[in-house]
Amino acid sequence: MTGKTLLDIRGVHTFYGNIQALNGVDVTVNDGEIVALIGANGAGKSTLMMTIFGAPRARSGKIVFAGTDITQLPTHEIARLRIAQSPEGRRIFPRMTVLENLQMGASLDKMKHFDEDVEKVFVLFPRLKERIDQRGGTLSGGEQQMLSIGRALMARPKLLLLDEPSLGLAPLVVKQIFDAIRELNRTQGLTVFLVEQNAFGALKLATRGYVMVNGNVTMSGTGKQLLADPDVRAAYLEGGRH
Amino acid sequence: MTTTVSTERGSVAAPVKRAFREALYAGLISFGMFVLIVGLKTDQNIRNELVLEPRWGLLAIVVALTMFGRFAYVAWLQPFMARQKLADTVTGLMPASVTSRFFRLPYFIAALVIMVALYVVSGSLDGWLGAELAGYARFLRALALIYALASVFYYYRAFIHDHFSALGITVMIVYPVFVVLTLALLTGSMAGGFQGSLKWVDNFGIQILIYVMLAWGLNIVVGLAGLLDLGYVAFYAVGAYAYALLGTHYGLSFWILLPAAGCMAAFWGIILGFPVLRLRGDYLAIVTLAFGEIIRMVLINWRVVTNGSAGISGIPKVSFFGLISFDVSAPNYISKVFDIAQSGAYYKIFLYYLILALALLTAFVTVRLRRMPVGRAWEALREDEIACRSLGINTTTTKLTAFATGAMFGGFAGSFFAARQGFVSPESFVFLESAIILAIVVLGGMGSLVGIAVAAAVMIGGTEILRELDFLKVVFGPDFTPELYRMLLFGVAMVVVMVWKPRGFVSNREPTAFLKERKAVSGSFTKEGHG
Ligand SMILES: Nc1ncnc2c1ncn2[C@@H]1O[C@H](COP(=O)(O)OP(=O)(O)OP(=O)(O)O)[C@@H](O)[C@H]1O
Ligand SMILES: [Mg+2]
Repeated sequence: MTGKTLLDIRGVHTFYGNIQALNGVDVTVNDGEIVALIGANGAGKSTLMMTIFGAPRARSGKIVFAGTDITQLPTHEIARLRIAQSPEGRRIFPRMTVLENLQMGASLDKMKHFDEDVEKVFVLFPRLKERIDQRGGTLSGGEQQMLSIGRALMARPKLLLLDEPSLGLAPLVVKQIFDAIRELNRTQGLTVFLVEQNAFGALKLATRGYVMVNGNVTMSGTGKQLLADPDVRAAYLEGGRH
Repeated sequence: MTTTVSTERGSVAAPVKRAFREALYAGLISFGMFVLIVGLKTDQNIRNELVLEPRWGLLAIVVALTMFGRFAYVAWLQPFMARQKLADTVTGLMPASVTSRFFRLPYFIAALVIMVALYVVSGSLDGWLGAELAGYARFLRALALIYALASVFYYYRAFIHDHFSALGITVMIVYPVFVVLTLALLTGSMAGGFQGSLKWVDNFGIQILIYVMLAWGLNIVVGLAGLLDLGYVAFYAVGAYAYALLGTHYGLSFWILLPAAGCMAAFWGIILGFPVLRLRGDYLAIVTLAFGEIIRMVLINWRVVTNGSAGISGIPKVSFFGLISFDVSAPNYISKVFDIAQSGAYYKIFLYYLILALALLTAFVTVRLRRMPVGRAWEALREDEIACRSLGINTTTTKLTAFATGAMFGGFAGSFFAARQGFVSPESFVFLESAIILAIVVLGGMGSLVGIAVAAAVMIGGTEILRELDFLKVVFGPDFTPELYRMLLFGVAMVVVMVWKPRGFVSNREPTAFLKERKAVSGSFTKEGHG
């Protein structure tokens, strides 16, 4: 099921001014995998996601996507290689409607497949269809999350980066989103790299997982291995199980 | 027990007493504010010495007006509004109960009668009443006209609201015709109609439309792309000088120079765009402001080319695509072609339609661009630059196209301005112009074409109308010049609008996209059986 390396992150150091946020991170994502990244608040997970997009830029180390070195590429050109992202804080366009937000997601393809893709997103999130002419900023938190993921999917990505897709969502919707991710992965071979606080759900969903502590990857393995690991259980899973 | 009752009764009976008190305070405050500004005037005497000239009478009038205003507001208007439950804070509009009592058929007819009667006898007013009363009579006539118009608007408000853009464009198209015909009726001859129309077409029509066009152009940069540009007048200047220089030196026609001036301005838009790519908000505003001043300084100091502050004169007139000329000496001068009386009004009317076409072109392009990827990218850029980049949008080119497009329309307006004036000098391109254009965009509601057009009409038309208020001289003395208070009016209007509607006249952003299914709904009812 999994193929060759799609995203290869080697020894990446990222700084915010003088503050070091990533301290030599190595992560690999293979074609067709779902990879989960878990870790405490402030560990540097979102920073890693943004570093892949070149904002902030890695000070040293190398990021290779599908054979292309993207470490120094401008953000919009990285996106054009078909990496899409639902970033932390969702970053939807508040004054634009749901449909316009989705259009923005499809700007890469000049909207060639728009009608077809928007229907797929609405199948995934019927709620968005009901709210189609509503302004992004007036959506509920969960609806905004759906819109952010939907917008990322509109770009027909090869690699989808999700930063805490379950944030602020009702358990039922979380399950629905995780199901949707699994479905996209299975039927379309979409590769997903996600950051999650909901470690149990994420590791169950994921092919492989990484654990990040203070800007370092301290542990990695298959989802099952990490779920069974006593340290991981103690730090991220106890009391958090559904 | 008794105390509560008495205070309650007090609050009902108090308005007049409270109004006296507040009027007194208002008088004191305005006295304090105006004692130096209005009460004293610096002047030069014959020996070139600076002297202070007291104007206590004027000061007294201003203070009295303030006091009366405050008194009327507290004693009558406030209780009245409270009674009418006027606090419709959402729309800021008066509830129907009040307006329908204010706009009534008998009042409307009375207003019409007054208006028509005073127009009919307008020639002999001065003789009958003396200059002073005649001034008041003209003021009364203007009020009646405004009331009659407002009644019509009120009566058809739903229709007007629904068809605002179409109606607006229609009004703009028939405006010169209407003015000429009305004045021809009043003066009794077609020639009189044309001659009288000069002021209305030129000072009001063209002047307003130039600002509408400039504000629509700036709207692309500020309203859509969210890039605060305080130096927009620089592109106006580039367009004007491009036309002035190329037109006077090479004698090229307006129709070649218009696109050329637009391209030049767009080029300068990109030149400005590059250094400010990384700036946003306040910093961007300051740099663009400096850019506007730099351009003006260059125009003043680069004498060899621009002739410095003296400016360039003798700029050729626009012709009707070379077929009909508006130059009296030309063989194809319009009155020779059509065999009609000579008049400067034809040129003004032609210019009116020219600027109308240019403004509508700006609006059309804006509307179309908003539905295209680049326009959507502008709006997305205004909302969230980082999100834009991670969706694969090149924010550099997006910003540059916004600057270039906005600047291009500024350049078009500039070359029109040069052609209309026949003369350009750096004086026309001061920071105040940028500020006025930006104020119009903000007042109208950033991004809204309709709102901006209304704001331009109100602000520019309003300041022009000040010139017409001659009767004010009767109140404030013969050396009172109402047009000097233009900026005061501008400021007051801005404060009022910003209190009443903090996001401008039209604050709703019009969505640009609807799902196709939506439009097909009505069709699907009629075409059953297609599945
Ligand atoms: N723009 C910034 N400037 C300075 N420091 C920053 C900035 N963004 C993040 N940091 C710091 O970098 C570290 C990593 O932050 P990051 O957002 O990557 O954490 P995270 O793992 O995503 O946490 P969470 O689970 O809470 O989202 C934190 O200590 C944070 O304070
Ligand atoms: Mg985070």
